Amino acid sequence: MPDSTLVGLQHEEEHHPELLHHFADAQQQRDASSLGMWVFLATEVMFFGGMFCAYLVYRRWYFGDFGAASKSIDATLGATNTAVLICSSLTVVLAVWAAQTARRTLLIGSLILTMLLGLAFLGIKGKEYKDKFEEHHVPGASFSFENVPIPGHPGEYANPRHAQIFFSLYFVMTGLHALHMIIGLGIFTWLLALAWKGRFTPEYHTPVEIGGLYWHFVDIVWIYLFPLLYLIDRHP
Amino acid sequence: MSEHSGSGHATEKSSPLKMYFGIWAALLLGTFITYKAAFIELGRFNAAVALGIATVKATLVALFFMHVWHASEKLTKLVVIAAIFFLMLLLGLTMSDYATRPWS
Repeated sequence: MPDSTLVGLQHEEEHHPELLHHFADAQQQRDASSLGMWVFLATEVMFFGGMFCAYLVYRRWYFGDFGAASKSIDATLGATNTAVLICSSLTVVLAVWAAQTARRTLLIGSLILTMLLGLAFLGIKGKEYKDKFEEHHVPGASFSFENVPIPGHPGEYANPRHAQIFFSLYFVMTGLHALHMIIGLGIFTWLLALAWKGRFTPEYHTPVEIGGLYWHFVDIVWIYLFPLLYLIDRHP
Repeated sequence: MSEHSGSGHATEKSSPLKMYFGIWAALLLGTFITYKAAFIELGRFNAAVALGIATVKATLVALFFMHVWHASEKLTKLVVIAAIFFLMLLLGLTMSDYATRPWS
């Protein structure tokens, strides 16, 4: 029997327009997509991992200076942003669940809520950056970090050059994280457009799932950035 | 992609909503504890507590929000473990060098 007839018959049976020919069924297609996304996220782990590694090396070298520099950042803003991101992760799982169970209103509502929380995160981050600019804590020609005491060492002051390294790491790590958030907002705008058109069904909602994996990953990066950048040597 | 094996409809039988809200509450509680613990003097354990809670939170997000726990594809788990392994290799080998230099 020629193969083409068989394929034609199978396709007739499945009939779902989103199922590509080289997959046996929708489940296999979903598994393949999410596996591909996980491989991408593994490369992202190494991407952020390099920066975390640089952070660890300098944190050991310039221990007190990092403590002094970290103390100048508003920890309440950081904690608020952590809570905002955790809430957005909840709305993302709700969106995936809504897509799995064909709840269109909940899906659209969750996607919009996720984007609003993402924008709130970026707004709070903007406020934080504005403070740092005004305090001349942005690395560069106008950087200034004079006479800032080292926590736990009375009479000792942070070396401004070492503090500048902390702020370089702070801006690069939170900046690249914020860039990921902006890309995430772009992905969710696209998901919202597809959801609005009613493209997602219990059989086909891979983009929601993949987009959700990305958003959760960005959340996990923040879960580590928060204590490492905002909360070191806070205690009196 | 949760515990269903065949079609997407199976999830409707066992709603995971309760679990999702539970994880969400646990994550918020973890954030609150991390924040409060940072202002208490614990010596060298401040960092350990903060990073320990962060790891618990990250694990909860990965296992339950990113559905690694119920992943129908075993390869997914392999990729996750590989990512963590190579990250540990990077951090572990680098720090075992820098942390044991007698002159620094």
